[in-house]
Amino acid sequence: MRERPLTSNLRPDGEAVDISAYEQAGGYQGLRKALQLQPNDVTELVKQSNLRGRGGAGFPTGMKWSFVPMGADAPRPKYLVANADEMEPGTFKDRVLMEGDPHQLIEGMAVSGYAIQADIGYIFLRGEYRISAERLSVALAEARERGYIGQNILGSGYSFELYLHVSAGRYICGEETALLNALEGKRAHPRTKPPFPQVSGLFGKPTIVQNVETLCNVQHIVNRGPEWFRDQSLTEDGGTKLYGVSGKVNRPGLWELPLGTTMREILEEHAGGMRDGLTFRGLLPGGASTDFLVQEHLDVPMDYTQVQKAGSRLGTGTMVVLDDKTCPVGMVWNLEHFFAQESCGWCTPCWSGLAWTEKILASMEAGTGEEKDLETLSFQTRFLAPGSTFCAFAPGAVEPLQSALKYFGDDFRRHIEEKRCPWR
Amino acid sequence: MATIYIENEAREADGSQNLLHVLLSLGYDVPYFCWHPALGSVGACRQCAIKQFRNEQDKAGKIIMACMTPAADGTRVSIKDPETVEFRAAVIQGLMQNHPHDCPVCDEGGECHLQDMTVMTGHCARHYRFSKRTFRNQYLGPLINHEMNRCIQCQRCVRYYRDYAGGHDLNAFRLRDVVYFGRFEDGVLENEFAGNLVEICPTGVFTDATLKRHYTRKWDLQMAPSVCVHCAVGCNISVGERYGSLRRVINRYNHQVNGYFLCDRGRFGYEFVNSGDRIRDCLVNGEPSDSLAAAVSKLETLVRETRCIGIGSPRASLESNFALRQLVGPDHFYAGVAENEWSATLTALDLMRNGPATSASLDDVEHCDAVLVLGEDVTNVAPVMALRLRQSVRQQPIQTAKKLNIPLWLDHPVRELVQNEKGPFFVAAPYATKLDEIATEVIRAAPDDLARLGFAIARAIQGGPPLPGLSSELSTFANRIAEVLGSASSPLVVSGTSCRSAAVLNAAAQVSHALSQIGKPAKLAFCFPECNTVGLRLMKPRSLSEAFQAVRDGQADTIIVVENDLYRRASKEDVEAFFNRARHVIAIDHLKNQTTEKAELVLPAGTFAETDGTLVNYEGRAQRFFQALVPSGEMRASWRWLDADFVPEIHPDKRGWRTLDDIVSAIALEIPELADIGLAAPSRSEFGKVAREPSRYSGRTSMLANISVHEPKPPQDPDSALAFSMESGPQPPPPPLNPFFWAPGWNSIQSVNKFQSEIGGPLLGGDPGVRLIEPEERGGWNFAGIPSAFEPNPDSWLLLPCFHIFGSEELSQRAPAIAELAPSPYIAVNTMDADQLGVSSGNLIKLSVSDSIHELPVSARPDVPRGVVLIPIGLPGVAGLTLPAFGKLAPASAMQGVTK
Repeated sequence: MRERPLTSNLRPDGEAVDISAYEQAGGYQGLRKALQLQPNDVTELVKQSNLRGRGGAGFPTGMKWSFVPMGADAPRPKYLVANADEMEPGTFKDRVLMEGDPHQLIEGMAVSGYAIQADIGYIFLRGEYRISAERLSVALAEARERGYIGQNILGSGYSFELYLHVSAGRYICGEETALLNALEGKRAHPRTKPPFPQVSGLFGKPTIVQNVETLCNVQHIVNRGPEWFRDQSLTEDGGTKLYGVSGKVNRPGLWELPLGTTMREILEEHAGGMRDGLTFRGLLPGGASTDFLVQEHLDVPMDYTQVQKAGSRLGTGTMVVLDDKTCPVGMVWNLEHFFAQESCGWCTPCWSGLAWTEKILASMEAGTGEEKDLETLSFQTRFLAPGSTFCAFAPGAVEPLQSALKYFGDDFRRHIEEKRCPWR
Repeated sequence: MATIYIENEAREADGSQNLLHVLLSLGYDVPYFCWHPALGSVGACRQCAIKQFRNEQDKAGKIIMACMTPAADGTRVSIKDPETVEFRAAVIQGLMQNHPHDCPVCDEGGECHLQDMTVMTGHCARHYRFSKRTFRNQYLGPLINHEMNRCIQCQRCVRYYRDYAGGHDLNAFRLRDVVYFGRFEDGVLENEFAGNLVEICPTGVFTDATLKRHYTRKWDLQMAPSVCVHCAVGCNISVGERYGSLRRVINRYNHQVNGYFLCDRGRFGYEFVNSGDRIRDCLVNGEPSDSLAAAVSKLETLVRETRCIGIGSPRASLESNFALRQLVGPDHFYAGVAENEWSATLTALDLMRNGPATSASLDDVEHCDAVLVLGEDVTNVAPVMALRLRQSVRQQPIQTAKKLNIPLWLDHPVRELVQNEKGPFFVAAPYATKLDEIATEVIRAAPDDLARLGFAIARAIQGGPPLPGLSSELSTFANRIAEVLGSASSPLVVSGTSCRSAAVLNAAAQVSHALSQIGKPAKLAFCFPECNTVGLRLMKPRSLSEAFQAVRDGQADTIIVVENDLYRRASKEDVEAFFNRARHVIAIDHLKNQTTEKAELVLPAGTFAETDGTLVNYEGRAQRFFQALVPSGEMRASWRWLDADFVPEIHPDKRGWRTLDDIVSAIALEIPELADIGLAAPSRSEFGKVAREPSRYSGRTSMLANISVHEPKPPQDPDSALAFSMESGPQPPPPPLNPFFWAPGWNSIQSVNKFQSEIGGPLLGGDPGVRLIEPEERGGWNFAGIPSAFEPNPDSWLLLPCFHIFGSEELSQRAPAIAELAPSPYIAVNTMDADQLGVSSGNLIKLSVSDSIHELPVSARPDVPRGVVLIPIGLPGVAGLTLPAFGKLAPASAMQGVTK
């Protein structure tokens, strides 16, 4: 029997589940159970569950935790940071979890914190998420009052202080090491890896940074067992996944479904297909920084490996749909404008390449595109490749561009030949 | 060592380094921007991309950043790989996107790292067709010009300024392609090492504002290797001349001394050379002499017919001081240095000679791992030493990085790990110093108490009984320091003559002795005030008060003062009496000052830029500076005036020191401690010919065409291998004679890469300079004479000197840009003392010392010890006070309505 562990508590009126309701629904049982186990056993359960990070990169969660130095000699304090800086265009999954069920995140963090023996936790929250901030603050106070966080949690001897930090607001703060710099009060440049945050993270101490959705799964794994968790998925990776759809579909929204549900099912059954009179042209499967997939890919299961095989990435699992009445060049321009704005300015390919890319796309839309621009765009997608840039931001930023050039190349050429945007 | 394969060729390399460091060390050309040998790697610019292959079979390889990749054994890389060649050109294309095409009007043009790297990558045609971003520039003070449109966002400026130099007021603002490097608002850059931005910036964002006022391209400069004359650190500099004026000073790398960086006083103090106050001709009674012959004849007559004494100078070369000493005789040779300062230098030098510790080079200073500063304001007295001390506090914390296998060149990971953690650094000084901000603990006390603290530390290190009568606060402090210094692996004790206290110096030595007793040999670094204080001391002149006595006793008729303004050395009354009693005063100097005003005969001396000579720095390192410009008029090196038998225009046939080498040999023969000074640089005959002018020097045939269309014969230089010419011998010049760093394809100062045995290491051919003082056998050290505790006395205030990097040094003070940054005269007292005196900051206060009365604004500060008055050295209004001294204080309002 497949369940919806992450979203079953959500209230239809959109208000947050308070602590009593959360407890009545079985909340904080995962924490109680975890505190009975050895920290390493919790990590082991998470390893067995095949939980992979839900922030985009899909790194196996249990394995990540196993790199944290444990024992009496480990540097202190250790940190656990929830990456709640959800700024990927088209992505709103963590927001739903934090607004609707803030205790779920807090419990997930307490359990995860216990597993790595973290002393201090931070929720690094996107600045614009005002409602999340309010509700998390209330929930944190409630949880602290009932002894779920703070000193000597539930008499276990384990202490975990958890703080909410509201970001000053930059996309790059979602990159885990830039996030750490921002949290330290420094410029939000990504950091060099290695060393990884597990070894030298926040304030130079061992740190785990984990996406909100990932953390929300942890207490369910402890509570229900890794086998149950793996059963929730259609693929080898465990659990359910929050899938979202935005664009001109009949019912844009967010659904918790087994990991590995096909794009077609999400798009046609849950989102109700394209609006009348519109034809599907393509979609970005996992947020703005993933490659376009098209009609031929609709039966691909939305999981880490299959989407990658199809030439894109699962990313955040929240897709953005392109229809035939929307200009693909305009859409890519919109995205590249965003990315050019959000480049942190650290490495040359990123700050120079995205600025140039954005200007070319703007020029095409204005009808002043030139033939050699296509060459330049294609060059930029190669110049901003993984390994050439300092972090994954720029390679992600050019993913929609490189795939749009591949699938919608004719539309780019029409802009140049007709010296106008054919959609306007 | 590791074996790495470059284009399939096996090369030996330092496996603990990164590939960029290794490739550059091996002589390969790899372009880079954000990396700097003193700052490490951060991987921002992506310019040093090369290809790395997994093994011999791997033909595809992957692009890596050389600066971010360890040169591990077996690493296989290619620089020539076509994909990386294309990538590197693309990075330049990106950097050039917004870069203005203003090279012809940019001060960096011709020595621009960005130009060099652009040419190196082959990028030449512009494809970007959109408008460039522009910025508003800031006023950053009289030393540095700001032109942000040229910025390529390499981040080096803020990394240097904030992380290395400890500055706070330069930062990066905004993001994407509009990152702005500047201050929060317009204003003078606060850090005293800001001038290095000129060299750190790979292009023309930060340029030398003093050079801008008399601009010359690098290729048009006639240059010479030189040594900074503005303090005793002895930083190596390269100075450049055009059309008879000195245009600028840049760093001349010396691994043992200044490394990559200078202080702003050293970089921008040079403009005194071009001052309107220069003495260019012989003056007799204040009027230009009828002829050179008349002036020389007067000199000769006075030397022959009267009893002369000579006053030497700590800012004159060994050669000039020696010439004076020989002219008047060693018994009539006196040091023109304030009395207490002079006795302190004697103590310091004895300690350096006789142990118990070797004196630290600046490279040693940077690499020590625990520091005690006892009684010194290092930032204001020996600035570049302070810059290097700032790095020493990283030595202990970065050991954690080693444990985690984080390479030390990986700058950000190391800093992120270490955070604000600092190694042990203790400052005990008479007032707040700038290094306090990196200190573990700070204590402020009068010199006698500082000495007592030092002795207490020494006792604690050796487990001796505590010093009787020491306050419990000082006692615990001493124990803590003792424990930390004793557990360090290479501790350093920094002290100096600033307190003018033998007790403080002895205490510092006692600490280093105690450390050596427990098997932790400490190094000592003593700060001295002037560029040749140590050299002058080694000549064993008598003291200034003895000179005063000699004249008072009627033993001398003529005083010859060489490169010294005695009004800075003793009270006006004493100096006037000295000059008035003598029948004749002869002054040889380059700038007009109160002493030259009093002199009957004034002979024009050349500055460091117009002459050659040898200076001995704080650690006892003799270093030679060479002439960059041919002086106009009758100016010449002081030593050339002083061999009265040999002023060549007058006595062409007479014997004498014809050349620098002659006098250097004479010094070496005469003074055993200076026997090795010849090794400071090759002699004239030892080396062929070194061009002072680069091969691209322009206008040689036409620059004097307005005077004569015939190209004049280049001036001859009898003193060194350096020629006033573009022509060089076949050999590359040895480091002491190298006028500038320049290599094919490397026009900027970063060409120093090509002159080092390893990047950041010693120069090929050895670092210039020779250490003269190595301590003798370490005997049993036990200083008697521990002073008793200082007791504040409201009727007798202790007057102590304090120092300002801009303002306390005589020559730089005559450079307009430095003078602009000097503070107004003041005296400082403790806030509570000020309250008791009924004055507050800004009020005038009356200070009476023996017979003289000074009236100055008071600065009430919490850091000044009770009962102490700080007197800023070198500022007008307080010059000539012999410090330390005791005096009386009263609010100026208590005076009968008289104000100056």
